[in-house]
Amino acid sequence: MSETFTKAMARNIFYGGAVFFFLLFLALTFDTVRGLPKRDHRENITDSVVRGKHIWETRNCIGCHTILGEGAYFAPELGNVYKRRGGEFIKAWIKSQPTGAPGRRQMPQFNLTDQELDDIVEFLKWTSEIDTNKWPPNIEG
Amino acid sequence: MQFKSQAVAKPYFIAAIALFVGQILFGLIMGFQYVVGDFLFPEIPFNVARMVHTNLLIVWLLFGFMGAAYYLIPEEAETELFSPRLALITFWVFLAAGALTVVGYLAVPYATLAEATGNNMLATMGREFLEQPLPTKIGIVVVALVFLFNISMTVLKGRKTSISLVLLLGLWGLAVFFLFSFYNPSNLVLDKYFWWWTVHLWVEGVWELILGAMLAFVLIKITGVDREVIEKWLYVIIAMTLITGIIGTGHHYFWIGTPEYWQWFGSVFSALEPIPFFMMTVFAFNMVNRRRREHPNKAATLWALGTGVMAFLGAGVWGFLHTLAPVNFYTHGSQITAAHGHMAFYGAYVMVNLTMISYAMPMLRGRSANSPSAQVLEMWSFWLMTVSIVFITLFLTAAGILQIWLQRMGETPMSFMAAQDQIMLFYWLREAAGFVFLLGLVLYIWSFFKKGEVQTAA
Repeated sequence: MSETFTKAMARNIFYGGAVFFFLLFLALTFDTVRGLPKRDHRENITDSVVRGKHIWETRNCIGCHTILGEGAYFAPELGNVYKRRGGEFIKAWIKSQPTGAPGRRQMPQFNLTDQELDDIVEFLKWTSEIDTNKWPPNIEG
Repeated sequence: MQFKSQAVAKPYFIAAIALFVGQILFGLIMGFQYVVGDFLFPEIPFNVARMVHTNLLIVWLLFGFMGAAYYLIPEEAETELFSPRLALITFWVFLAAGALTVVGYLAVPYATLAEATGNNMLATMGREFLEQPLPTKIGIVVVALVFLFNISMTVLKGRKTSISLVLLLGLWGLAVFFLFSFYNPSNLVLDKYFWWWTVHLWVEGVWELILGAMLAFVLIKITGVDREVIEKWLYVIIAMTLITGIIGTGHHYFWIGTPEYWQWFGSVFSALEPIPFFMMTVFAFNMVNRRRREHPNKAATLWALGTGVMAFLGAGVWGFLHTLAPVNFYTHGSQITAAHGHMAFYGAYVMVNLTMISYAMPMLRGRSANSPSAQVLEMWSFWLMTVSIVFITLFLTAAGILQIWLQRMGETPMSFMAAQDQIMLFYWLREAAGFVFLLGLVLYIWSFFKKGEVQTAA
């Protein structure tokens, strides 16, 4: 780099750029958070949804599945599983694990109560209604 | 080694390498579960193996960063470390916390672990990469604060160079953005939005400052190029990192319930994110070409050059590959993401740590460089690990393209599992490449024990 461009100039670009773009990021975050209620339908977050998310987390579902495309890529996307399979299928599926089919990927048995199964379904139902800009491309996730 | 207290870096580097081995072994288990689904089930389900794989990665990189700081800061500040004792205490605390956490993951069901560690009081667990129980998270914060206190005090009482300031800034940022891991609202969209404040602002933000500082330090040492030149490069690179990377967070905000305008912000800014990585490559080669001395540590030079190239390929090129919103619409959450993740982490953060260890470890053992035969072994390990990660990435990319084609495009899309069955071949190839990586790692460790003629450090 040329001699006219000094270290002090580079340093100033660094500090100036970092501060400017972090402030811009904060402004965009403020705008995003303000507009979110229209997109996440938080009025539908019932106690059951809240409990369902807790079950989702404490069984480490994200360790195999994705939800809205984030997580592990070992098992199907679950952000839209409520629309793909419906609540009853989801409950029956969770209850019947593991399949024990030789050589196939296995999901653990979590021994969830009926209430807990209802909660996880409520959480997945609420999740499926988030406005995700039409992602995923199709119902298979 | 110019200052006695730099010696505290040694246990950090050794622990980092030991945990690195653990990370790779669990990676191989997962890779095998991809092809033989019920392997080790129910003893080690995939989700547990993955937690161990990713958490060990994070922890060993943190050990590496801390070791690097303890080695680098006294030399830059030209003074002994504020408190070597504190550094050793936090070493054992961090190692114990890390080991207990992994044992917890493996020994009891995750729900039991959550129950037993206060997750009902403050729920932070069960989110990707932030699976650690509450006591571990608090432990990380405490260790980080003590560590930051220690190195900040050292800088304050000594010479303040740009390299140590940038390193400090990166490390403080690391601690600050980790605090978002304690924020877990019941609204999944908000949860995800701020989860990225830890994850993205770490790896595509403040960690790059740490990376830049470590690389700049090693380049000064091995090339003897004027500090003014190297530090100018460092500032330009990290300026571009933050100018592109902060708003670049937007590439995670395309499909998680956040507004559509993020598709523009995210696409445009993250399309620029390869620039700082490209500059890093040019920087590393430029400095080595303009070297004013022939440092006997050829292996460290190789690692430094490799870091530039592989970080650019993994983080830059493979990141760009799927970062534009119309492309990401199809690639989001597919094996493409996994491909990028592997080469980016290896190229940027694994390699910069191995660069630092390669340079510093011989010094810590009282020699300016390892024997030529040990260096040859180390360079073999460089090529084996680097080439195999390239192949792992290529195989996962192929798997990802097929997965997207079968599952997300066309009139009659396949279900997830049906598509997985079709791409099995690439998972087998990935696993084979994984074993080559392990071989490289074994040679790497062997190189530390390889005897031979060495020059004592001045």
